[in-house]
Amino acid sequence: MQGEIRAQGSDTPSLSIVMEDRKTTRANPAKAAAEKLNFWYGSNQALKNINLVIPEHQVTALIGPSGCGKSTFLRCFNRMHDLQADTKYEGAITLRPDNVNLVGPETDPIEVRMRIGMVFQKPNPFPKSVFENVAYGLRLRGINNKTELAERVEKALRGAAIWDEVKDRLNDSALALSGGQMQRVCISRALATEPEILLFDEPTSALDPIATAKIEELITELRQRVTVLIVTHNMQQAARVSDFTAFMYLGELVEVDATSKIFTNPAKKATEDYITGRYG
Amino acid sequence: MAATAHMTLEEIRKGLSWRKQLDKLFIAIGMALLFGCLAILAILFFDLVRDGSSRFGWDFFTSFPSRKAENAGILSAAVGTMLIMVVTALVALPVGVAAAIYLEEYAPKNWFTGIIEINVTNLAGVPSIIYGLLALGLFVYQFNFGQSVLTAGLTLALLILPIVIVATRESLRAVPKAIREAAYGLGATRWEVTKDHVLPYSTGGILTGLILGLSRAIGETAPIITIGALSFIAFLPPSPVTGEFPFLNFEWLRSEFTAMPIQMFNWVSRPDQAFQANAAAAGAILLGMTLAMNAVAIWIRYRFRKKISW
Amino acid sequence: MTQGKTQMAQGAFASLHYRKTRDRIIEAILLSAGLVAVFTTVAIVFILFYESSYFFEHVSVKDFLTDTMWTPLFADARYGILPLVSGTLTVTGVAILVAIPVGTIVAIYLSEFAPHRLRETVKPVLELLGAVPTVVYGYFALLAVTPLLQKVWPDLPGFNMLSAGLVIGLMIVPYVASVSEDAMRAVPKYMREGSYAMGATKLQTALRVVVPGAFSGLAAAYILGISRAVGETMVVAIAAGMMANLTFNPTEPAATITAYIVQVSLGDLPHDSIGYQSIFAAGLVLMLMTLVLNVIGFFLTRRFREAY
Repeated sequence: MQGEIRAQGSDTPSLSIVMEDRKTTRANPAKAAAEKLNFWYGSNQALKNINLVIPEHQVTALIGPSGCGKSTFLRCFNRMHDLQADTKYEGAITLRPDNVNLVGPETDPIEVRMRIGMVFQKPNPFPKSVFENVAYGLRLRGINNKTELAERVEKALRGAAIWDEVKDRLNDSALALSGGQMQRVCISRALATEPEILLFDEPTSALDPIATAKIEELITELRQRVTVLIVTHNMQQAARVSDFTAFMYLGELVEVDATSKIFTNPAKKATEDYITGRYG
Repeated sequence: MAATAHMTLEEIRKGLSWRKQLDKLFIAIGMALLFGCLAILAILFFDLVRDGSSRFGWDFFTSFPSRKAENAGILSAAVGTMLIMVVTALVALPVGVAAAIYLEEYAPKNWFTGIIEINVTNLAGVPSIIYGLLALGLFVYQFNFGQSVLTAGLTLALLILPIVIVATRESLRAVPKAIREAAYGLGATRWEVTKDHVLPYSTGGILTGLILGLSRAIGETAPIITIGALSFIAFLPPSPVTGEFPFLNFEWLRSEFTAMPIQMFNWVSRPDQAFQANAAAAGAILLGMTLAMNAVAIWIRYRFRKKISW
Repeated sequence: MTQGKTQMAQGAFASLHYRKTRDRIIEAILLSAGLVAVFTTVAIVFILFYESSYFFEHVSVKDFLTDTMWTPLFADARYGILPLVSGTLTVTGVAILVAIPVGTIVAIYLSEFAPHRLRETVKPVLELLGAVPTVVYGYFALLAVTPLLQKVWPDLPGFNMLSAGLVIGLMIVPYVASVSEDAMRAVPKYMREGSYAMGATKLQTALRVVVPGAFSGLAAAYILGISRAVGETMVVAIAAGMMANLTFNPTEPAATITAYIVQVSLGDLPHDSIGYQSIFAAGLVLMLMTLVLNVIGFFLTRRFREAY
């Protein structure tokens, strides 16, 4: 099975960038690949010809100055733009192994979102108990069996390293938790349905440094279980948590490489300028 | 092998198509109910116009009530309603807006503010006829205002006060905290923040609230009946404007009155069929006035919403 | 330069003192406006108790609450409030059976499903439905709905609570729908995004996230609606009849508390008669009923309110 995936992944040209750099980071086969992806808000083109491979079970970070399109790109992966009128996709984001085009008009956005989870910038638990928050996606999928729910909620909470903190308050409102705890409940909520890719949209920007550290540690552990794509404003964060880093600027993908390479020896001048703090 | 560990892609798709069917079913039900309600409104209006069509004419507007249906008109009722609305607006607007500003911008969070809040919430739910009993006991018996335009205006002002307060508070609350902080950051006092920033941005909501309140007041029948409005008034209150200095005359405040809804109620409760045409005509005019006021309120709200968006 | 700065500082200080004083005076004025609400409530309670005390000097509270006849205008006057209460509850029951389901579904549809343009056009029109004067609805109930119902049930009397209740239900649909819709729209976008991102459909998001998130607003909407139905006067005074009748059968005619008050106000009883004063006692009962509803609503709202 592994070999089959590898074979499918390796015919994507962009993957070669990653492949060449095996010395620094060993790349897994692709979980998803953006191919010639363009995106418009009305007449305003926000993404221009993006080609990027997301390796399976690794953390890929998207960095770049504000307005560079990194969040827009991220939100393409689970079709959040469809909630807004007057948006247009062109090109493809292919999900392996079944090669569904996530942004294709023939693909149902809800189906996409059932396979790809997302954690938002601001913790957004529902006004429900901790338990019900995590059980939400399971219930959506028609799982109402109490034992199964309890098991999977616990597993998800453990997976997000928050079980010990909330196990005695599962029936309390999730809104009574601290910001960092809420965010980890949101991560559990996304993990509970075992998504194929987990998207993080600046998940720590609303949190204090200690909560941030916990989330970062969690993200690095999560790669065992799920493919992670994370948008971050914070370059240190990208350096700490990711295996690969993509630098975006003005709606274009400038450079993608192993994180260690990007931060020590970027190939492009623009990347270097950003990393060294010349703009952003 | 694909999809989540516990659900194959086929399972996801199967469940999804069922869930999407439910969505469509709900949309059908929602639209049917919504347009059903709107259709009833249209039927109601056409019904009134049709039943009352024989009575529309200049005479209907310029005649006093009469024992004979074909001679009766709404002159005293229309004038009475207009004067009452003036009193109501002049009282409800300043008091309502001031109370809303206090509660939203000034009030500290303590038990006392809590009491005011509970009161406003409670008053919004007090039946209008209770306001009528209040007015009868207070304005008529205690203050001796009589069964007058003033009594009716004050009663309806108290009645719509919660509407004005709630609408104002809502529009004050819609002003983002960042705007207030920006103004405080420049050294403005609370009143300056309110007057220079919060109030101007919420004018639309406040006006909307006032007009909606008045449109409620204009059709209120029960409290005015309770204070003892007469249904047979064959004279007009003294004119508020006079030829002599100081050109204003407040005698009209103490005058007895009748009002549009009272007149309609009086006609509709008569067994004689001929009066039902009068009732329909009066109802059509009353409904037309209410709809017009609402249309204005909606227009204002729309204008302001377009102008300011956060 | 330095001197100029000092002067400016002093000027600013003086004007600051003025501005702060002005702020305090304005606060007092605003507070007194807020107190009008408190005053109104106190006045309502006081007037109802004070004016009905005369009534209760002649009629015992026990008779008032337990007698099953209400005939203050007859020679053999009996003062049992129960028939009026049963009439009120029956009409209210019919009304909320219409208003709550219809209002809630319409609100969910408008808030979560309707295209933006449709919502912006339809919502104000729907609010017009709630703005129609109640006396007009009374006309509608008596002269349009009752004849229509009589085609189905030929035995239905000309005055009946069913027709009044249905029309009141229709009348409060916009209140319920509008308040509910506002509450649902107040549920933040990121909450919905959280749900959509999990693969929820619109209906699932609406029912599982938005409705619970807007619970306080929905409770408020229902309570407001019920309270309006209980206190609604003109529709029942016109269409449900003026005879007190101890029944919960909506196809019968019966007076409600409000209809009775109207009947007496329109009559020519002397103001100092027990019959006339009985409207304050009836009003007291009505106020207590709505007060209980409002208090329940208030605590429900507070208990379930979620801070966003």
